[in-house]
Amino acid sequence: MSLLQIAEPGQSAAPHKHRLAIGIDLGTTNSLVATVRNGIAVCLTDEQGRALMPSVVHYRDGGGIELGFDAMNARVSDPRNTIVSVKRFMGRGLADVTHIEAMPYVFEGIPGMLRLRTVQGSKSPVEISAELLRALRERAEASLGGELTGAVVTVPAYFDDAQRQATRDAARLAGLHVLRLLNEPTAAAVAYGLDNASEGVYAVFDLGGGTFDLSILKLTRGVFEVLSTNGDTSLGGDDFDHRLYCWVLDNARIAPPSAEDARRLQMAARAVKELLTVSEETPFRLRLDSGEEVDLTVTRAAFFEMTRPLVQKTLTPVKRALRDARLSPRDIKGVVMVGGATRMPHIQRAVAEYFGQEPLTNLDPDKVVALGAAMQANALVGNRRENDHWLLLDVIPLSLGLETMGGLSEKIIPRNATLPVARAQEFTTFKDGQTAMSFHVVQGERELVADCRSLARFELRGIPPMAAGVARIRVIFQVDADGLLSVSARETSTGVEASIHVKPSYGLTDDEIAGMLRSSLEHAGDDLTARALREQQVEAERLLEACTQALAADGELLDEAERAAIDALIARLRQLAPGNDATALSDGIAALSRATESFATRRMNRALSTALTGHNIDEL
Amino acid sequence: MSVTLTERAARHISNFIDKRGKGFGVRLGIKTSGCSGMAYKLEFVDQALDGDLVIDSHGVKIVIDQKSLVYLDGTELDYVREGLNEGFKFNNPNAKNQCGCGESFNV
Repeated sequence: MSLLQIAEPGQSAAPHKHRLAIGIDLGTTNSLVATVRNGIAVCLTDEQGRALMPSVVHYRDGGGIELGFDAMNARVSDPRNTIVSVKRFMGRGLADVTHIEAMPYVFEGIPGMLRLRTVQGSKSPVEISAELLRALRERAEASLGGELTGAVVTVPAYFDDAQRQATRDAARLAGLHVLRLLNEPTAAAVAYGLDNASEGVYAVFDLGGGTFDLSILKLTRGVFEVLSTNGDTSLGGDDFDHRLYCWVLDNARIAPPSAEDARRLQMAARAVKELLTVSEETPFRLRLDSGEEVDLTVTRAAFFEMTRPLVQKTLTPVKRALRDARLSPRDIKGVVMVGGATRMPHIQRAVAEYFGQEPLTNLDPDKVVALGAAMQANALVGNRRENDHWLLLDVIPLSLGLETMGGLSEKIIPRNATLPVARAQEFTTFKDGQTAMSFHVVQGERELVADCRSLARFELRGIPPMAAGVARIRVIFQVDADGLLSVSARETSTGVEASIHVKPSYGLTDDEIAGMLRSSLEHAGDDLTARALREQQVEAERLLEACTQALAADGELLDEAERAAIDALIARLRQLAPGNDATALSDGIAALSRATESFATRRMNRALSTALTGHNIDEL
Repeated sequence: MSVTLTERAARHISNFIDKRGKGFGVRLGIKTSGCSGMAYKLEFVDQALDGDLVIDSHGVKIVIDQKSLVYLDGTELDYVREGLNEGFKFNNPNAKNQCGCGESFNV
């Protein structure tokens, strides 16, 4: 039997018509589910009152699944069948996962998507995530006493199309109706009620267990817009534990520890780190299996000192994100702290110093994303308060474009464009009588397609034969509010059309995205030169093609000397084309164009007289 | 004629109103619908309307319209926890039978 909740005035639902909505933070290490009850966002707990659910799935020998805390022990006893951090595999190919050799899993390398072989058969990351989501759904249904209308699931701002699609598929598989995928920083800002705050620009500083993300959000008239995102995928609270662990090894004068002792020392390091958040000094005592004893005292000052470089490291992405948004720290109106690691006082102090203001820390940094997702879900199913109608906007992390002749990337939607977005551009045919066109959709900042990531390919067929450059092909790129891309191409005179939805195929890790962004900055100069060269090469090819055709058709208009001169220039340009001297190539193109000028005029005259012959003036 | 809150219900309601940031009290009412004829209504109140009866119970203002009062007289509103679920429950002496869902009843 269901229990009642207090509704907003006039919003009481008819019996059995409650619109129950939840927000899910599907995390790498822990996952949470939250809802809005009696007008307040709350995290839903399990029978033991725990809100966090470790993102761990254990496939048991002989059937059955253990999840969350129940599966924690199996990480040691049955590592091969106990999947942790499955989020890192979402929408990923085998080649995308770093440190794969250090993982205890048996991977299956099906092209595009990786799978894991468990005692219960082959499992995809989508299926494994779906187990976690199903457990959260069941917890929510038991807590709310009814069927759910929908859920908002959060994803890192850096997630690409394949990763978002995989997350959505997992939620669907878990029997959830996904109202929206929401970027984690945006959810955190919502939880802090920044949507009701005065307008301005906010920073979200998210230091989780293993990753760091910084996002710059702008709020105008209740509309959120993500101005820029940046991060470091190999920086998190675990690194602070590790630094302390190394310090202990240096100072305790013990033999290199066994694997088991190392694990215990790391766990002790984490506990000491957490204690130092509230106390000035903490003993580090542990009796190792080797019989040795560690007995040290760690002061807060010493811990701060040894982890100072890590704190400094968080500031690099902060600066980059601000630069991308063309802002200075002074422009930031508030800083939201997300992730358990932001509880460390020296992190908070560094952030306060950099931005010149105290960060927002009054909500539990582990729960803030789930709470914001729940508030968004509640609004999306229509349980909103009067005057509450906010809309969330996010940005795309990397530019989307098409491959053009010569392997160049033509960017259609620039990086950091706000979602949803649609952009159109017209393209044309390269050769006379060309009836089909192949489109290659790429993602990335570099000028050459080879340096970008390939997303999809499709073809437009049935273009009527026309001279090169006459056909008009309108290509539309659309990215919906969830960040999923569809591309369509349409020949405007006939209306023939082709389109594609970008499905999970190949993935990029966050590292690679960060790397691609970095290399685009580092190679900006080279890229420009490379682009100039490719453009000349394409032009040379076009000119050679045109000349060859013209000579075949009207070659007799030239006398022998003229023909020989042109042939020589053609041969020279053919030779130059594959080289990488853009200037020489440009000169070769100019020379051939000049030499063929009078030939072109003669051809034109002949075409004209052919057209006029046999017609009287009235017919024209 | 009266309706009351249990102390626990009152404590939760005033907590919810605090967190909500505004609110005069809570409205109890009934509407005709549901599988057993009538359904309970439970809403925040920002302003009492003409003809509303306002009852104070453990420091929380209960707002109720005259028509609903007929069906709710003697009702006690409680806040209970059942497994993972928690929420408000109407203990209504007028209700002859309830729908299994607890959201609707008839008299």
